[in-house]
Amino acid sequence: MIETKNLTRTFVTGEVKTPVLKGVDFRAETGEFVAIMGRSGAGKSTLLYQLSLLDEPDGGEVTIDGVDVKNMTMKEKSVFRLNRFGFVFQDYALLPELTAIENVALPLLMQGMRHAEAYDRARKALARVRLDHRLDNLPSQLSGGEQQRVSIARAVSHNPSIIFADEPTANLDNESSQTILEIFNELHAAGQTIIMVTHEEGFAESAERIVRIDDGRVIAGGAKKG
Amino acid sequence: MGPLRQIGLNARIGFFLATRQLRRASIWTTGLIVFVMVLTFLNLVVVSGILVGLIQGAVDATREKYTSDVMVSALSDKEYIENTGNVLAILDQIPEIEAYTPRYRAGALLEANYKTRRDDEKPNTASAQLIGVDPHDEDAVTGIRDSVIEGSFIEPGDYDQVVLGHYLLKQYIPIESPAFTSLEDVGVGSKIRIKVGDVTKEVVVKGILKTKVDEVSLSAFMPDSQMRSLVGRTDGNVAEIAIAVKDSADPAAVRDRLLLYGVGDVARVQTFEDAQPKFLKDMIATFGMLGTAFSSIGLAVAAITIFIVIFINAVTRRKFIGILKGIGVTGEAIQFSYVFQSIFYAVVGSLIGFLLLYGVLSPVIAAHPIDFPFSDGILVAPLGETVARIGLLVLVTLFAGYVPSRMIVRKNTLSSILGRD
Repeated sequence: MIETKNLTRTFVTGEVKTPVLKGVDFRAETGEFVAIMGRSGAGKSTLLYQLSLLDEPDGGEVTIDGVDVKNMTMKEKSVFRLNRFGFVFQDYALLPELTAIENVALPLLMQGMRHAEAYDRARKALARVRLDHRLDNLPSQLSGGEQQRVSIARAVSHNPSIIFADEPTANLDNESSQTILEIFNELHAAGQTIIMVTHEEGFAESAERIVRIDDGRVIAGGAKKG
Repeated sequence: MGPLRQIGLNARIGFFLATRQLRRASIWTTGLIVFVMVLTFLNLVVVSGILVGLIQGAVDATREKYTSDVMVSALSDKEYIENTGNVLAILDQIPEIEAYTPRYRAGALLEANYKTRRDDEKPNTASAQLIGVDPHDEDAVTGIRDSVIEGSFIEPGDYDQVVLGHYLLKQYIPIESPAFTSLEDVGVGSKIRIKVGDVTKEVVVKGILKTKVDEVSLSAFMPDSQMRSLVGRTDGNVAEIAIAVKDSADPAAVRDRLLLYGVGDVARVQTFEDAQPKFLKDMIATFGMLGTAFSSIGLAVAAITIFIVIFINAVTRRKFIGILKGIGVTGEAIQFSYVFQSIFYAVVGSLIGFLLLYGVLSPVIAAHPIDFPFSDGILVAPLGETVARIGLLVLVTLFAGYVPSRMIVRKNTLSSILGRD
């Protein structure tokens, strides 16, 4: 379970202060698939970065599985992200000099897993996204949809508590988007918690719940209805 | 996870990332960086090696052509070695001695064209050291016949003949200086006059010697029997004895043995190193310092090169560094990857430089020394010093790789991913 209370975040550029999150209360249960929607600049990606510990809020609380992350050091947050989170970015964020299997195996190796075991799990994760025939291809040799599937395989390979996805289909054509959607649904069906930012209504509808944000505040769906 | 295990894990991930970055980098870029490191290595070793070798060439030449391994010379207040016969008898008893050459020595004034000179003309003269030797003994110790560039060297039975060092002839050293005079229009077959003290003798130039050792090139050689009669020495006492020791023998040990036998009471006994002129020792020290200074500049250039390479690499890959940190790869692991890349460039560059140095440059320069005006310059690159310089280069590049990667890794993770400043 991940929860925020009265979360605030203001960006400062010179003397200009831009409040982006203005007291966000949000909660996602374990195993839930939540889509965060809102117009451009509403604060949805900023919320995702606070939830995934990539950024620090100015105020409020973030609690993950009962742990208040406020007092965590940067290193502790890094370890937390490594062990508990998986990330899927809009532009895939694969390392260009690593092959598909190396990209997926990297977080596993960083967890201290032996080489053979990490590659075995990476291979299985890539098979799960139907890319077991592209193991040794570099990202530049893959289509956008295939790269995003590698990115998802990397996100799920270490069985994270939560997968954070930031506009995962924004750069993809319809067919590739559908494939990604199917994979997310399969993961959700298997009990995976997914928090996804998207601006595509059709894609968001496949989520279990849609949280709508506007002007830095949750305007609908902030918590699962009991 | 314990700190040591964490360091090991970071190093392992760093190595994983570094090997893949290097393997899949542009071969031209990698080649260029390695090429720069090869040049840096050569700058580090060869420049100082040539500087030191320039002087070492002079030292070696002095040893080969003049002092040989051990020099026994007259005490500072004497013109000759007293009881030279006894000293020679001692030399004959020491098995480590391969050969020796006793030399008579006297200051002389040489004059040419004295028969055709008008009274109002300046005399055609040059000051020289006149050296009397047994030609075979001298050749056995210094190989002096190989230095003859015109005519031939003297033989034991030669009468009224000399061989001149090329510094005594204007055709070889066209220096116009009041303090330095040389003979004009003199070559093999020319008649010249030699004046030692009050005695003057007319001789024929039999040959001309060319070396880069002043003590030889400013001398005139004649057979010892002729020299004895010229200077009136009948006791057989010579001014100096150059001694060549066997390859396996240590010159210092031979010197010590001679001192033990009491030769030091009648003569100065020195190894070739002891006998080096002070200016040569000062030059060795000065050029050594210059070499170190150039090496330091070379190291700084290497450090700056690697710093720039890694900095540009890290800046252009800032987004990926952010992603790595985002998915939980530690900053230390990322820094390790850049440090490993720096070490790779330094080690590969040094190894290629090492092969070039010992496989090509060193043997080629040894076979064809660089023709400097005052020495045949060689390349001095002792293996131990070269290995130490490689170690220093790797250490410097390690830091030069670490600093820029740390600068980039310390940037905010999200800002790096999103490309914000």
